[in-house]
Amino acid sequence: MLTYITRRVLYSIPVIFVASFLLFAFVRATFDPTAHLRASRTAAEAIKSERKRLNLDKPTVVQYSDWLKKFVRGDWGTSERTHERVFAMIRRSLWVTTQLIFWGVLVSALLAIAMGVYSAVRQYSALDYTLTGLSFVALAMPPFWFGLIAIQFLSADLKNVFHLQEPLFYSIGLHKPGVTGLNVDYLRHLALPVMTLTVQIVAGWGRYQRAAMLDVMSADYVRTARAKGVPRRRVIFKHALRNALIPLVTVMALDIGVLFGGLIITETIFSIPGMGRLFFDSLLRGDATVLVSWTVVTALFIVLFNLLADVAYGWLDPRIRFS
Amino acid sequence: MSAGDEFRHRTSEEDGLFLGGEPVGVDVAVEQGVGPVELIPDAIADVELAHTAEPVPRTQWQLFRRRFFRHRMAVISGVVLVGLYVACFSAKWWVPFDPNKQNLLLGPVSPRASHWFGTDELGRDQFARIVYAGQISLKIGLAVALISTVVGAVLGAIAGFFGKVTDQFLMRITDLFLVVPAIAILAIALRRFGHSDTTIILVLAGLFWMYIARIVRGQVLSIKEKEFVEAARAAGGSAPRIIGRHIIPNVVGPIVVNATLAVATAIITESTLSFLGFGVQPPRTSWGNMLSTAEGYVGTSNAYLLYFPGLAILLTVLAVNFLGDGLRDAFDPQGGRQ
Repeated sequence: MLTYITRRVLYSIPVIFVASFLLFAFVRATFDPTAHLRASRTAAEAIKSERKRLNLDKPTVVQYSDWLKKFVRGDWGTSERTHERVFAMIRRSLWVTTQLIFWGVLVSALLAIAMGVYSAVRQYSALDYTLTGLSFVALAMPPFWFGLIAIQFLSADLKNVFHLQEPLFYSIGLHKPGVTGLNVDYLRHLALPVMTLTVQIVAGWGRYQRAAMLDVMSADYVRTARAKGVPRRRVIFKHALRNALIPLVTVMALDIGVLFGGLIITETIFSIPGMGRLFFDSLLRGDATVLVSWTVVTALFIVLFNLLADVAYGWLDPRIRFS
Repeated sequence: MSAGDEFRHRTSEEDGLFLGGEPVGVDVAVEQGVGPVELIPDAIADVELAHTAEPVPRTQWQLFRRRFFRHRMAVISGVVLVGLYVACFSAKWWVPFDPNKQNLLLGPVSPRASHWFGTDELGRDQFARIVYAGQISLKIGLAVALISTVVGAVLGAIAGFFGKVTDQFLMRITDLFLVVPAIAILAIALRRFGHSDTTIILVLAGLFWMYIARIVRGQVLSIKEKEFVEAARAAGGSAPRIIGRHIIPNVVGPIVVNATLAVATAIITESTLSFLGFGVQPPRTSWGNMLSTAEGYVGTSNAYLLYFPGLAILLTVLAVNFLGDGLRDAFDPQGGRQ
């Protein structure tokens, strides 16, 4: 197991370096951090000194290694948009995004497992067909559209129909101004974004779980268990489900890694100040310092969770480890 | 990989879907002419057996067609898609409204007989706008799928066929492309390279090719080891001949299926980017940036502006996915379906 993990980790390291270098070079080449100086009368002079200060006159590789040294120390520079330290901005946004991911993944995983097991055990039943149909629709729906529809129906219409003072589910932020902590206000804010996130995840996971479960249910050891008289319930949940969860766990890990940089839509629609919203605002203003660190951090999460997926797979399924 | 981010690429290796079709074991048996054997009286046994035992010869293409047409949803979806493309691209001959013609006196009106999908704040007919916007959305979807499929299939085939260093090199590049945050990089790239249709197509294709490359590589690797390829090689077949006669025909299925599914992913991705304001720019309209405008009307009495562009995307992507599913089953009746 240790050699397996070591091998995977060793492989990830060059991927991280090459990917972060390419992202760095790409973002730096796209945005000109001296653009705001161009309007001034002494533009040429000011741009030159600013480029020197930011090391932009050096080759990209040198710039990258300077940037990397600072990045590792937590010195990620200052935002050109808010003049705040980038490290603090990203840390704050990450915490918000992590909350969304946590609730979204929790709800999705429970639903997906329930759907998958039911659909596999009662294959071709009416509910199985219904779930399949719904999955098709969910997979074909642009996630942002679902978010907007949810706001329309569950926030605005609900409020109007019942003549409420305040909407039952909010569509802005994670708290009312001045409120913090885990409370009803938090849940009322969380409901719609988590629902939007769940709809886009759960269809894929549910299909996956169904396929895995069907696979396992026809395995020899399950038939043996049935044949020797193990109760059906026990066969399904103890013998079959345990093995059928292995592929889902890896898919979940892969998908979670992507979510850290993938909630741009959800957070933009619901005005949640997480990583996605930070990206959106920074891109609109061409805030290169934030974008460089943002892309590298989100890529790191993807690599990290890819690694976790591999490790989890090897750990849960010895057949992988030893092959 | 299956779901999770706002930018997903479904591949044929994923979720076995099964709408519209009976369990697969039966069709295979019937097709191969080993269907239910009847008991036949002795007297005519010889004649009859000679008759039943000889399977009707069918070409691969005929088998493919039979299996595809049995998949009802896929056939309907194919028709719907062709209809959508034809309807959108022939719009100027049949749509009664000019999509950009403003009618400020009329203003926004909800759907009615004169304006099927209503009009927007400038009095522009929504139905006409959706049909014309479809030209851009559908064009981008199809072009991205075609380009990324060609690039991905060629690179994947090269990696799989030549193996060794070439394979290592190409697959490491694929890995690099797979760890970047997709939507973010697409948005930055579009900001850098501009927002013309061609740029959008090329940029999207630039981040779509890895999926098909991986699949084709895997297929080629496994086919390369099959006995019939070994036999061809032993018989003195050259590399181009082996690739052309033996490998390509065997990977056409996965390539076509994934190209189809890529159309769906491309349409959703384009609409997402346009919705955020990073894709197709006004005054040009795609379904995505129509929704971007409609976002301002959520919670107002003009919320109808929100429904139709989204439904257009939903309908198209749903049809593409069903079609892809039907094609998968037709190409590979044993796999993919549970």
